[in-house]
Amino acid sequence: MTEIVKTTLSNGLQVLLKEIHTAPLISFWVWYRVGSRDEVNGRTGISHWVEHMQFKGTPQFPPSILDKAISRDGGMWNAFTYLDWTTYFETMPRDKIDLALRLEADRMVNSVFDPNEVASERTVIISEREGNENEPLFLLGEAVQNAAFRVHTYHHEVIGDMADLLTMTRDDLYQHYRAYYTPNNAVVAAAGDFDAETMLARIRELYEPIPMGAEPPRLARPEPPPRGEIRLTVEGPGETAYLQAAYHFPAAAEQDFFPLTVLDSLLAGPSSLNMFGGGGTSNRTSRLYRALVEKDLAVSVSGGTAATIDPYLYTLTITVHPERRPAEVLPALDDEIARIQQEHVTEAEVARAIKQARALFAYGSENITNQAFWLGHAEMFASYDWFLTYLDRLAAVTAEDVLRVAQTYFRPQNRVVGVYLPSAREDTVS
Amino acid sequence: MTYRLSPAAIHSLPGSDDITRAVLDNGIVVLTRPNYSSPSIYLSGYFSAGSLFDSEEKLGLADFVSSALMRGTQRFDFQQIYDALESVGASLGFSAGTHTSSFSGRSLAEDLPLMLDLLSQALREPVFPQVQIERLRAQLLTSLAIRAQDTSEMAGLVFDQLLYAGHPYARPDDGYPETIQAITLDDLVEFHRVHYGPRGMVIAIVGAVEPQKAIEQVNRTLGDWRNPLQPEPPALPPFVPPAKTLRQHHTIPGMAQADIDMGGPGPARRDPEFMAASLGNSVLGQFGLMGRIGDAVRERSGLAYYAYSSLNAGLGPGSWGVSAGVNPANLEKAIDLIRRELVRFVKEGVTTEELADSQANFIGRLPLSLESNAGVAGALLNIERYDLGLDYYREYPALVQAVTPEDVLAAAQKFIDPERLVIATAGP
Repeated sequence: MTEIVKTTLSNGLQVLLKEIHTAPLISFWVWYRVGSRDEVNGRTGISHWVEHMQFKGTPQFPPSILDKAISRDGGMWNAFTYLDWTTYFETMPRDKIDLALRLEADRMVNSVFDPNEVASERTVIISEREGNENEPLFLLGEAVQNAAFRVHTYHHEVIGDMADLLTMTRDDLYQHYRAYYTPNNAVVAAAGDFDAETMLARIRELYEPIPMGAEPPRLARPEPPPRGEIRLTVEGPGETAYLQAAYHFPAAAEQDFFPLTVLDSLLAGPSSLNMFGGGGTSNRTSRLYRALVEKDLAVSVSGGTAATIDPYLYTLTITVHPERRPAEVLPALDDEIARIQQEHVTEAEVARAIKQARALFAYGSENITNQAFWLGHAEMFASYDWFLTYLDRLAAVTAEDVLRVAQTYFRPQNRVVGVYLPSAREDTVS
Repeated sequence: MTYRLSPAAIHSLPGSDDITRAVLDNGIVVLTRPNYSSPSIYLSGYFSAGSLFDSEEKLGLADFVSSALMRGTQRFDFQQIYDALESVGASLGFSAGTHTSSFSGRSLAEDLPLMLDLLSQALREPVFPQVQIERLRAQLLTSLAIRAQDTSEMAGLVFDQLLYAGHPYARPDDGYPETIQAITLDDLVEFHRVHYGPRGMVIAIVGAVEPQKAIEQVNRTLGDWRNPLQPEPPALPPFVPPAKTLRQHHTIPGMAQADIDMGGPGPARRDPEFMAASLGNSVLGQFGLMGRIGDAVRERSGLAYYAYSSLNAGLGPGSWGVSAGVNPANLEKAIDLIRRELVRFVKEGVTTEELADSQANFIGRLPLSLESNAGVAGALLNIERYDLGLDYYREYPALVQAVTPEDVLAAAQKFIDPERLVIATAGP
């Protein structure tokens, strides 16, 4: 594996660089340690809205210029807001990347937040939320997430609540931007066809003059242990019923995350944590597919978690068979959960999960954007070492570990069960 | 402004010196290009068994068959097929389009022989076990029930029905609930017996494998396949664009957002106007944050999270349209804004500067779009399907640069008529 350059500038900005010379491309990312976890009621969705405003220009790069300049050079650029972080990236031909470096340095401090732009973006984001509300699984997922976290700010969707999207002001947004968009709260990561020394020198030149900011405010509201299983229903249009079971799950940096990753692979098929490229394998030999889909109780099942700073959720999502009811599916799910709590999985099953993870890693390393993504992403909840040692830590998992975490985390008291009841199916009285 | 790719960038694109193309004795075309930067391979291809062969009553049959191929073969049952794949983190899947059905998959390079064996079994020896077929039917019906609740999909479906009335392109490849219900096990077996064969089949393999080895392996698994029953692909009937503006709303109660799909006919991929239309489409609703349409509907009026135009150009008559998702109360306002942009587009065309921006974008993005194995495999299939020549992507910058604003205006006027638009909407 290529060596990584990892350093911190005098203003606290962390820099990670990885040379990859397979294509004449460079992917450049800036990560900020801010996300929906940093939002109180009344301001939900503010991190995501700030991300949108970052495309509305600075005095040096007015919006039309910015967007055209990147596109003209054949670049791909975008931004994402999540629970723990907000990130911006550009992947461009190597001789054009300087534009991205200058743009990101500039909008770390100089975004305008023009009140007219804030007003027009308000309706755009409301429209984004309305698009989400058309999806049964968004409505169900939102209700489940909300029920799972009473205290921790992981309780709301990244997009925010409609009430807050209607009332937040330009000054709220600008304050949030100033508080969290500082070099000492950011990570710059680049991978691709460059010379690391030259790249680092250019990053210093552009980013080191940006003054260090105050330590950004943090909420300390850990979720207390759940006192029992929560069940809920969401009603909405359609004729398809869905069932979700969300279990409180450890943070990514915790040791238990790894045996649980093996367990996820066995239960619902391996999940890929790659953001780009990747693509994975199917899950038809997984235990839950066999127990639910092969028994005609469901038409699909999937499992997934997120790598987060604080403990989040592992969510199983089941699309109920058109001739079955959610209440018939849950006992079959519980039988499989009981099995992993009572019997050791075989060493062969563990080995298989590890081979699957190795393949997903290989797919993810086909493209430079995904490799640059990991440089910064891993720093958001652990460190890049987490990524580098991921396969080894999975390989160290034993059947004993898997049994222990199954018993610890897959208890009914540790979960929220949500059911989406479609109005067009009269018979689905849960 | 002239935009050039560096020689290194040009060399990174697939071309006749690094693509190997072979034709097997039975007509299967194999295209391959090595890439050793990651120990994986991507495999994809198509064969002539699309929904054009489907009857009205059994629309979705080609799609049903393609989805059923991996449900069991003469040698492997369903669990054995997927155990072989999933044990090594590989994937393989089939789907049907209008002209062709296709497949794609990925694996570690060491597992290519396994992938080709499974591909061959699925194509040549599927057994369609009854229990599996009924299970699959429930899954297909659920997908259609979910489609019926999707405002974007339903607007697109209504758009095709209006634009292509009386033409096979009016039909969704995945059929309707009643046509999926009407398909029998015998229909699946018969469709496979007649339509599956090597003629018209193309396979691309890209990744960490030597070209000659890849070709030999395909020859070993599929080289002796024959099917004398395979019919010629059916000819398309003539397409007559609508003579007046057609508008239809599809009601889906309870939706928070409505979707719009509006536009008209577009060029086929091989039409001489294709490149000019494609660049014009970029200015209209792609470039930057979705071109002029994005600027009018999203940036200036804040009406939508997404608003863009797209050109769908394939073997037959294409389409050219604008899509947007808006609050139901803003539907008329958004349609009006889009219509105004279309009027301006066919009246004034694009400026030299706008065109230069999109030309630079088309050329500059090539290395990125052809970076991954999947991207290159898609390019190889594109070259074969439309007979573009192995050096197409190296010649592409010159083809893009040759387009003038006059070419774009002529293409816009040929296809888009603001007095004869198809306007499909879906929502509450």
